[in-house]
Amino acid sequence: MTTTLSTPPDQATRPRAPHRPVLGGRRRRFNLPAGVAGLIWLAIVLIPLYWILITSLKTQANYFLSNPFALPTEPTLDNYRMVIEADFVRYFVNSVIVTAGAVLPAVAISFMAAYAIVRGGHRSRFLRGVNSLFLMGLAIPLQAVIIPVFLIIIRLRMYDTLMAIILPSIAFAIPLSVLVLSNFIRDVPRELFESMRMDGASEWGTLRHLALPLVRPALVTVIIYNGLSIWNGFLLPLVLTQSPTQRTLPLALWTFQGQYSINVPAVLASVVLTTLPILAVYVLGRRQLLSGLTAGFSK
Amino acid sequence: MTSLAPPALRRSSTEASTGGRSGSVSWLAVPAFLMFVAFGIVPLIGVLVLSFTQWDGIGDIHPAGFDSWRTVLSDPALVHALWVTFLIMALSWAFQTPLSLLIGVYLATQTRYREILAVIYFVPLLLSSAALAITYKALLDPNFGLGAGLGIPLLQQDWLGRDNLALGVLVFVVSWQFIPFHSLIYQSGVRQIPKAMYEAAEIDGAGRLRQFFSITLPQLKYTIITSSTLMVVGSLTFFDLIFVLTGGGPGDATRALALDMYKRGFQANLMGPASAIAVILVLVGLALALLLRRLGGKDASESQMEGV
Repeated sequence: MTTTLSTPPDQATRPRAPHRPVLGGRRRRFNLPAGVAGLIWLAIVLIPLYWILITSLKTQANYFLSNPFALPTEPTLDNYRMVIEADFVRYFVNSVIVTAGAVLPAVAISFMAAYAIVRGGHRSRFLRGVNSLFLMGLAIPLQAVIIPVFLIIIRLRMYDTLMAIILPSIAFAIPLSVLVLSNFIRDVPRELFESMRMDGASEWGTLRHLALPLVRPALVTVIIYNGLSIWNGFLLPLVLTQSPTQRTLPLALWTFQGQYSINVPAVLASVVLTTLPILAVYVLGRRQLLSGLTAGFSK
Repeated sequence: MTSLAPPALRRSSTEASTGGRSGSVSWLAVPAFLMFVAFGIVPLIGVLVLSFTQWDGIGDIHPAGFDSWRTVLSDPALVHALWVTFLIMALSWAFQTPLSLLIGVYLATQTRYREILAVIYFVPLLLSSAALAITYKALLDPNFGLGAGLGIPLLQQDWLGRDNLALGVLVFVVSWQFIPFHSLIYQSGVRQIPKAMYEAAEIDGAGRLRQFFSITLPQLKYTIITSSTLMVVGSLTFFDLIFVLTGGGPGDATRALALDMYKRGFQANLMGPASAIAVILVLVGLALALLLRRLGGKDASESQMEGV
């Protein structure tokens, strides 16, 4: 947890140091029920994950005969080959297109809006209105507006295209992105903006050369967060596409499971394959994601 | 978060406004504004309009007055869907909150392995609802799943075939995915509590249990409200998970509001009544958010932000 590191040192260590014995004692005893719950839940989290992984390496025959938690006697990658041959690559590419095509523009325009709201919100009624609109937007669930979105996409003649998924995804990524980014831009010292202005920089120049580098961690957080929810999105592809060529991974998982429900190892291999890319991104961007997700907890 | 702008910001605004290019920032917000209006605000108005029409999803749209509303409001299925939604909300809240709190306390006091624990706890959040539902469907299959494999009759139930069991499974799967996240929220809340409070309590002779109920719990008030808001409002939008895991079944046992809307609209092709349900969904969500906000006496937007 990066929040751990970002807690002010005086709060984390100073009061603790002189009283270490007292606190140590408090901790050791207080830990018990919480520790038991924590460890039990750790097992509950890990067991299904372990089961998914080992089962995806078993043959179907081996799966039915062996203990579900036993390691596969002859590990096989056949299930993975089968999933990949079931057009997995195409669905993967579709998911990449949708995710990248939605996240990058969404974060770019959200960043511009957040910058404008922080820099001009006190003078412009338009910007204040936009800000309230986005705050209200946080409360709109995607499910509730899916029918009109469906209608709009049909009227735009985009039904059954990847663009149909991308456009609403961008819109629904905006409110949260603007909120997080504007909170970070607000933390930039005003003197820096002032000195940029003195040097004759335009607002666009200030945005690019001052704000952009300073809020980069927040941008990464927002990109990962939105990327995760769009990559895993199910409702938009379900409603707005129909042909197999336009399927994204979650939808493909669902249809694959419908076809091969008896072949549990293959179904689980498909689960692993769709999750691996996110896992990779998570491992790379974990620190920033976690710190971003719990940002704002300093109250 | 206009209402929360620190006073310093407002004061300096007068200085900054001396610049002549005050209007030149606004255009930067235009793309996001237009995009959100087109696919967020217009549909929100649209869903209200569509609830007064008749549309099968393919053909023309005809105005139909209050027909859809009359159909929906007189249909016992609506009451059932609301009840199921409420059950899922209440049960998943009641299951997740104490556990997340305990695990959060554990994580906060566990300094050595916290980082590794946080990594593992976070993995369920990365799985898509579809992947999660598919996994649990396989895991709980009475013939080919865990129970059959281990030969334990207790685990060999028809988990998704009986009303109460299916609801329980749903609550468990939701918890499996989200308890880690809420524990992390509680963890950072617990770490904000000044250590001196515990020391003072210790000197006064308060026991561990007393300390927990008199210090930890009250100090976590806002964290609890934040976490609960996210759980409660989030539970309204469980669609993917229910759709793939149970499809609303057995029968209609897990047919919550969002799923009910989808089935009416996109399976029965009754977009009018489905839109009416969607309007109800928005209203319920807003009412809950306002209620919890009043409870906390804190700006809802702030608690939203904290959770994120």
